[in-house]
Amino acid sequence: MAKKIRVLIAKPGLDGHDRGAKVVARALRDAGMEVIYTGLRQTPEDIVEAAIQEDVDAIGLSSLSGAHMALLPEVVKLLKKRKAADIFVAAGGIIPDEDVPKLKKAGIKAVFGPGTPLAEIVAFFRSAAE
Amino acid sequence: MSAFIPPVPEPSVVFRPEELQAIEKRLRRWEATTLRDSLGKQPERARGFVSTSGANVDRMYTPLDLKDSEYLTKLGLPGEFPYTRGIHPTMYRGRLWTMRMFAGYGSAEDTNRRFKYLIDHGETGLSVAFDMPTLYGYDTDEAEAKGEFGTCGVAVSSLHDMETLFGGIDIGAVSTSMTINSPASVLWAMYLANAEKRGVAWPNLRGTIQNDILKEYQAQKEWIFPPEPSMRLVVDTFEFASKHLPQWNPISISGYHIREAGATATQELAFTLANGMEYVRWGMDRGLKIDDFAPRLSFFFNAHNDLFEEVAKYRAARRIWAREMRETFGAKNPRSWLLRFHAQTAGVSLTAQQPEVNIVRTAVQALAAVLGGTQSLHTNSYDEAYQVPNEKAVRIALRTQQILAHESGVANTVDPLGGSYYLESLTDRMEEEAYAYFDRIAALGGVIPAIRKGFFQQEIANSAYRYQKEIEDKERTIVGVNDFVVEEGPEVEPLRVSQEAYERQLRRLQRIRKERNARKHASALDALRKACEGDDNTIPLILDAVRAEATLGEVCDVMREAFGVWEEPLLY
Repeated sequence: MAKKIRVLIAKPGLDGHDRGAKVVARALRDAGMEVIYTGLRQTPEDIVEAAIQEDVDAIGLSSLSGAHMALLPEVVKLLKKRKAADIFVAAGGIIPDEDVPKLKKAGIKAVFGPGTPLAEIVAFFRSAAE
Repeated sequence: MSAFIPPVPEPSVVFRPEELQAIEKRLRRWEATTLRDSLGKQPERARGFVSTSGANVDRMYTPLDLKDSEYLTKLGLPGEFPYTRGIHPTMYRGRLWTMRMFAGYGSAEDTNRRFKYLIDHGETGLSVAFDMPTLYGYDTDEAEAKGEFGTCGVAVSSLHDMETLFGGIDIGAVSTSMTINSPASVLWAMYLANAEKRGVAWPNLRGTIQNDILKEYQAQKEWIFPPEPSMRLVVDTFEFASKHLPQWNPISISGYHIREAGATATQELAFTLANGMEYVRWGMDRGLKIDDFAPRLSFFFNAHNDLFEEVAKYRAARRIWAREMRETFGAKNPRSWLLRFHAQTAGVSLTAQQPEVNIVRTAVQALAAVLGGTQSLHTNSYDEAYQVPNEKAVRIALRTQQILAHESGVANTVDPLGGSYYLESLTDRMEEEAYAYFDRIAALGGVIPAIRKGFFQQEIANSAYRYQKEIEDKERTIVGVNDFVVEEGPEVEPLRVSQEAYERQLRRLQRIRKERNARKHASALDALRKACEGDDNTIPLILDAVRAEATLGEVCDVMREAFGVWEEPLLY
């Protein structure tokens, strides 16, 4: 049997909106992945540390407070610094369209906006981890 | 505790037994003939129908669904116990609900301009949205605040910011609601200190601080301290308000965020009222007399998509609260029995797809709140699945309320849906389901132990996941999301927080820290520290601290040291 895909779902910054992160965490778990949920108020350093400790394949970052530009690229940068750039990062939440190309340029592999089907998110994590 | 039980009015059965028998007979015949023929030709669209909350909805409701209904005990008349039909005898015929738009972004200057814009367009009450750092008790220049300045609301780090926020606005005349919870007493103290400086006497101030910490642990998650010291701070505000601010609501017990986090309508109703009763117990344990603080407890509910379910929820809430306050807690003043509430349309229902369609969703939701007898209302703007709303979007949202008030006719009579077989049956059912939750919460040891066990959090997460699965499996249609989809580009005009405002805020904080009287500042914070460690009411000390220009973050640091910080159980 193939090794289970391991995903860290994290809430960076002060944002308390955790509905989406929890729903995605559960959908990934139901799709057979190992999911580690960090809980709220994580700094980029906390998230990268947890990702390395837990030996995950991927990180899903949820941001709905508008702090995405300040916090999400930082996670990718720190992963590179820790020689863990093979862990890929996706994001979801309230992110204006015009910020999406900037986030992708910064190394975020995918950005899932409101209304994205769970199936699409699951498929993305599965294919990206393989 | 010996409960005071006033005499119960004589029940009046709405339908006579012989009439009900005749209806039942006719119904059976209809099912066997008219209905059967019809279903043979045209089956129903689905095997079963459910509400937004997943509750079963029958084909039709008749007097048989109300046969136990006693009009006077269950519905009564508006302005009288049990207030099912409304808290005022004439409702909107006397005075319309307060049109109170939740607003805040960027700096205090930015939001002050938005307030004036809204007042110019006919809003009748103010409502402040604070940014994330403020909600968590951090100043703009602290490391934790990185990237969050003004994005979700306005940054208020100091008394100076509070003065700017309300500059040129008549705070002696307008009522102001502030969505602030863990650091509520600090922001409230800033509001009171600002009034003092402007010569507005506290008894003339009208408004609300949300100050509902229990639902923060359950749903909104903007907590700082653990539950017990947090509850003490809340009761401090009850006590202070009851002595000094007779027109102020020191709490707005909120189901809104519980619902937004994923709860069903019934869970929203049950958890909110359970929290409300918990605050009452804490107030009474402090030695406050119930009739001294209960009349100023206020509520806040969501207005979601399912019109009848929402209206039933508000009516059930009023009936349960009135009964519990009078019969369980022994309140004697009728004002203590009243459930007064604010409503806001469901942010979570807004779609990023075809955003203009949100205007229609919001109108239906706002209609539910009005049909349910709300005291004040916020209508969301169509662009809020993307951002803090732009001016045009906000104006349309406000106009939606004005159309309901002045054009739709629904404000012309009290409780217009009252007596609907469906609505009354739904009201009864939600009430029963709420009591079943009260029992479960009691079995877990009460609200705070249930929070520690993650009970509410798990219930909410389960409902959120079920709802999303229903959309995913197309059991539930969301227009523009899983059906009626079109290809489209971004159509929303973006609103951005200016870098300049951020830098101005940093400079302002620097200047305050440098120029204030250091000795006065230090001694005020020392006095507050002692109060936190002891039993004295903290509000007068917080007031002294903000008068001495202590910042929000500094005051909260003192409290963080004294009280510790909460760590939530992790689950999903």
